Amino acid sequence: MPETFVEFPDSMESAALHAAEADSAGKGHLGQNLILNMGPSHPSTHGVLRIMLELDGEIVIRALPDVGYLHRGDEKIAENMTYNQFVPYTDRLDYLAPLANNVAYALAVEKLMGWTVPPRGQVIRVICCELARISAHLLGMGALAMDTGAMTVFLYIFTEREKIYNLIELLTGARFTTSYTRIGGQIRDLPPGFVEQAKEFVEQFKGKIDELDTLLTRNKIFVDRNKGIGIISREDAIDFGLTGPDLRGSGVDYDVRKARPYLTYSEYDFDIPLGSVGDCYDRYLCRLEELRQSVRILEQALNRLPDGPINVGDGKGFLPHKDKVLTKMEELIHQFILVTEGIQAPVGEVYFGAENPKGELGFYIQSKGGGVPYRLKIRAPSFVNLSILTKLLPGHMMSDVVAILGSLDFVMGECDR
Amino acid sequence: MAAPDLIASLQRQFPGKVGQGREFRDEWSVEVDREIIRAAAAYLKEDLGLNFLLDISSVDHMGDEPRYEVVYEFAGLGGPNDQQHLRVKTRVSEDDASVDSIVSVFQGADWHEREVFDMMGITFNGHPDLRRILMWEGYPYHPLKKDFPLEGLPSDMPGEGGFSRVSPMEGGPFVAPPAPPPKIGDAPTTVREPRAHPAAHPEKPV
Repeated sequence: MPETFVEFPDSMESAALHAAEADSAGKGHLGQNLILNMGPSHPSTHGVLRIMLELDGEIVIRALPDVGYLHRGDEKIAENMTYNQFVPYTDRLDYLAPLANNVAYALAVEKLMGWTVPPRGQVIRVICCELARISAHLLGMGALAMDTGAMTVFLYIFTEREKIYNLIELLTGARFTTSYTRIGGQIRDLPPGFVEQAKEFVEQFKGKIDELDTLLTRNKIFVDRNKGIGIISREDAIDFGLTGPDLRGSGVDYDVRKARPYLTYSEYDFDIPLGSVGDCYDRYLCRLEELRQSVRILEQALNRLPDGPINVGDGKGFLPHKDKVLTKMEELIHQFILVTEGIQAPVGEVYFGAENPKGELGFYIQSKGGGVPYRLKIRAPSFVNLSILTKLLPGHMMSDVVAILGSLDFVMGECDR
Repeated sequence: MAAPDLIASLQRQFPGKVGQGREFRDEWSVEVDREIIRAAAAYLKEDLGLNFLLDISSVDHMGDEPRYEVVYEFAGLGGPNDQQHLRVKTRVSEDDASVDSIVSVFQGADWHEREVFDMMGITFNGHPDLRRILMWEGYPYHPLKKDFPLEGLPSDMPGEGGFSRVSPMEGGPFVAPPAPPPKIGDAPTTVREPRAHPAAHPEKPV
């Protein structure tokens, strides 16, 4: 038996005796601190996050997050393939919003190339991003609700996500791994009937947001579990580089869609919700309001969808249409060169950040010319947002850790890359 | 203050230690000496209002001297230079692959620097807890170096269990026999890796 073993008190009297002894010894607490290994396979870690927690009773006094269980070496892989070949890998970053990742990656490489997608293509991308945002926020909120004791919401949101997946399937042919964009455009235009179905979805979804609101926002248990828990101060949020709803929950007005507008975001009428306290409840409220704002953007985008091409006109840059490849000599040559050698990028370096559901997904690309990136660094918002855990968790109860993890809303596929 | 003015301020603050700014696609980058990186980060944060550290990454220019490059992306949030972006880079040689940590200036640099260390082996002086972050503790290589092959190198797996036993299909009809393990010093990745294309090497004729 180890020397440090303390016999567990078997009655109220002996517990009081132990406590008095500990008090007089100046230790302040009974027994030893407990090291608790949470994860990597724990329902509330939403993937494979592992946290070593040092507990004094039920209070966390130290937390050491351990990431990397899902590391696939995406950046190394990217250095060994052409720009278009990397698109499917972006599906698997934030796998709750693959369309938004596709768009962010395509925009980053287009910035390197100096290309701008025609207006119709841009509006299609906005529709993609906002559908992805709704889908990802719904799951984030549903999981938070389930972790804090409200099972129903998790089932309700899956009904809505199913409708979004149907739309995405209509658009891209795949429900989950969309791989929709190419550098310089999209693989296909909106299919017939898509706009009508999307409008129908948006119209009925407004009522569903209110339903979600009613179920959670004034739910006593949910509020008790979230209000005043996991408070991130404004200064800390900026210092740790948080982005997305986690940053805005702390009251910092930073949304890439407004700060450095890309696509056509400057032309839409929408608001950026901000929190005031920075606790779990504020982050939840931000996500709820962002659903409403995404619906506003979707309505405007679906109504103003212009006609015209969806891809850049650069014949030597973007894959030609399949019909022409099969019938025309020049397009066949372009297709052959593009598929074998890839897009010929100029020498240079760019950083592009897009406002994804989890925060700012950034790509830093350094090119030395040729068809492959020399270095492609992915700034994963989940990775950065999780780095605050070491500072945030100590002082909270063990059960609050679950609420905090839920409210930070991370995806390990993106964190570990 | 626009990015060129920010660079000019940096040059005035650290004379002779800051290179010329370069513009590409409306973004400005500037190279600084590695000795001043912590002071430069503090100056950018406190005096110029670039208080948001977006990212730290690193590039391996194998064959060049100095070999490595550490890249910092700063941005301003609120304050005098709201929404300005500046990229600060510093070169690090292979013999002394270390640079001062800026965790004391930006707490968020902690994990970024651990990732750079893990992936490329550059150490950060003064980092409070410089451990591997994505690979496991005890892993012997730094996989994002250009001389590390894409398909990986064999190494011991951490601990006992999951990966230490023979897989059930091994030796069966659909399992390829294990290839001889590649070593550092073998032909470069791009020669052995069929997906890599000569276009990756402009110095060689296609």
